[in-house]
Amino acid sequence: MKKRTLIALAAVWTAALALPVAAQNKDPIRIGAVLSTTGPAGYLGDPQLKTLQTYIAQLNQDGGVLGRKLELVHYDDASEAGKANGFAKRLIDDDKVDFLIAGTTTGATMAMAPLVEKAGIPLISLSGAVVVVEPVKKWIFKTPHTDRMAAEKVFEDMKRRGFSKVGLLSETSGFGQSGAKETRLVAQKYGITLVADETYGPKDTDTTAQLTKIRGVAGIQALLVFGLGQGPAVVTKNAAQLGMKLPLYQSHGVASNEFLKLAGPAAEGVRMPSPALLVANSLAANDPQRPLVTSYAATYWKQYKDEPSTFGGYALDALTLGLHAIKAAGGTNKEAVRNALEKTRGFMGTTGQFNMSATDHMGLDLSAFRMVEVKNGTWSLLN
Amino acid sequence: MLTGFLQFLFSGLTVGATYALAALGFAIIYNSSRVINFAQGEFIMLGGMSAVALTGLGIPLPVSIVLAIAVAAAVGALIEKFAIEPAGRADVVPLIIITIGASLVVRGLVQVFLGKGTHALGAFSGEKPFVIAGATLLPQSLWVLGVATVVVAALGWFFGYTRYGKAMLASSHNMLAAELVGINTRSVLLLSFVLSGALGAMGGVLLAPITYTSYDVGIMLGLKGFVAATLGGLGSGMGAVVGGLLLGVLEAMTAGYISSAYKDAMPFVLILLVLFFMPNGLFGAKTTDRV
Repeated sequence: MKKRTLIALAAVWTAALALPVAAQNKDPIRIGAVLSTTGPAGYLGDPQLKTLQTYIAQLNQDGGVLGRKLELVHYDDASEAGKANGFAKRLIDDDKVDFLIAGTTTGATMAMAPLVEKAGIPLISLSGAVVVVEPVKKWIFKTPHTDRMAAEKVFEDMKRRGFSKVGLLSETSGFGQSGAKETRLVAQKYGITLVADETYGPKDTDTTAQLTKIRGVAGIQALLVFGLGQGPAVVTKNAAQLGMKLPLYQSHGVASNEFLKLAGPAAEGVRMPSPALLVANSLAANDPQRPLVTSYAATYWKQYKDEPSTFGGYALDALTLGLHAIKAAGGTNKEAVRNALEKTRGFMGTTGQFNMSATDHMGLDLSAFRMVEVKNGTWSLLN
Repeated sequence: MLTGFLQFLFSGLTVGATYALAALGFAIIYNSSRVINFAQGEFIMLGGMSAVALTGLGIPLPVSIVLAIAVAAAVGALIEKFAIEPAGRADVVPLIIITIGASLVVRGLVQVFLGKGTHALGAFSGEKPFVIAGATLLPQSLWVLGVATVVVAALGWFFGYTRYGKAMLASSHNMLAAELVGINTRSVLLLSFVLSGALGAMGGVLLAPITYTSYDVGIMLGLKGFVAATLGGLGSGMGAVVGGLLLGVLEAMTAGYISSAYKDAMPFVLILLVLFFMPNGLFGAKTTDRV
């Protein structure tokens, strides 16, 4: 009798010990990522990977999702779209991931798209161009704003100021050319005529020739520059050098503090559409996005002693959207997760509010952009 | 009308001077070894990036500039010692390929240690442009043009009137014969890499306030510099400067009067024409005849 009680007690005791072990041994949720952390797009992919790593570690500390730990499997496509496809195949076939956060660039995303569609696995892309979600692909979603939205936001502001004759100066990079194409497409919708349409190379060091030509166009009221990185800063400096009084608009491609550093005082008065992250501290106290973006900025700063970029924000949104869908689906069944992703409504991310549907796999509207102007060497929120 | 033309001209001269400085570096190494050093662009990048990094540490600009030039010269020496020299008496083509490899290594190291960001360096004498007949020119452009002129004169003197310069030219024409008359061809090659490293860095520092600098600026500057050097005649200092300025002005005029869409195609049309009718470039034949 006594012996039996002892055995029973021992059994209960081991069971009690074994139980949490069993819970921990539940399969982890495997997240596959293909990002461009090195190469020309490295400055986009690098903060994206850092963001994913930081937040996944944090979520695991808090107990994971649905009682399951998260596991990140990551490959670097070195900014070569051709490599992305091979890595996606490896993630799907060998690493058996549950969903993909993949494609820092549009090229990489499009290279992976056919494979992903065939394999039937949800993919959330971090690339900008409209082609990623238009036409809608069953398994592919994306978090960043599109260049078309940027153009529309700029035209909205121009219309408000009564400008109708506008010049376009675009970069010959993929980003600039896609942006220029969308700009031409939507101009008419806002009653705007493009009276000048010039280009510059991404590594050009002087654009005064193009600006002189644009300045000479009769009746021109404003100039929109569509580019990424240092080029737009060169344009801004050149415009100041020429003493141009033309109101200058930039695209969201330069929405970073680096632009302010590079262009210096020449940037004064420049306007652009920007994600909320850039102006996190000037958002209204009751702005629904404020807690999210300020907490992201603080977390990133704590970990890396560096300001977060909007590109990293795209990755954070992809992660939270994916996990949100897994929670809604109650597991990692791929079809269920995909359906849950498509049903995402009113989901607040660092980029904006996502309202996905069967016809819209991005789910953002123009409110995701804030119009900002450079005043006294810093961004200030308009309206 | 005149204002527009002047502005295109100034714009072209500014850009052209940057190409000219890059082209000069190609000329030096070509003169001493017949090798086209594709790491030349990286020397320019190293100059700019080192100067930015050093001023970031609080070191005053003039000291940073001198140190940055020393860094690039040292890297030039290292490339020659550890990449070119072990190749022994390899042909020119393998040596050229080695320089491409060296450029990738330098670029990669800078990317890892100094980061991927774009940086600006303060202008040497303010940013207030000069206004001439309505067209504007930055003081920094004058710095670039002035230094390029001084460098060309110095190089002309070096190659024409000094023992080392003459030794360099001699070993480029016939290495064996040069050795027979007692020239240490190894040290000549080392010197040429140090010199072009220093020269490239000087260019990089001068350009950084106008063009900004990042780990990958060397690619474009190297390429355009190479086109300018070929245009002017490889190995000719004068040719490098004229080739660079011509290239820059042509690009600016194309952008101004035709369309910026054709701007980048124009240099290649020009180089095809020049090489078709004058295979040695504009100034190439003259220098080879001289020695």
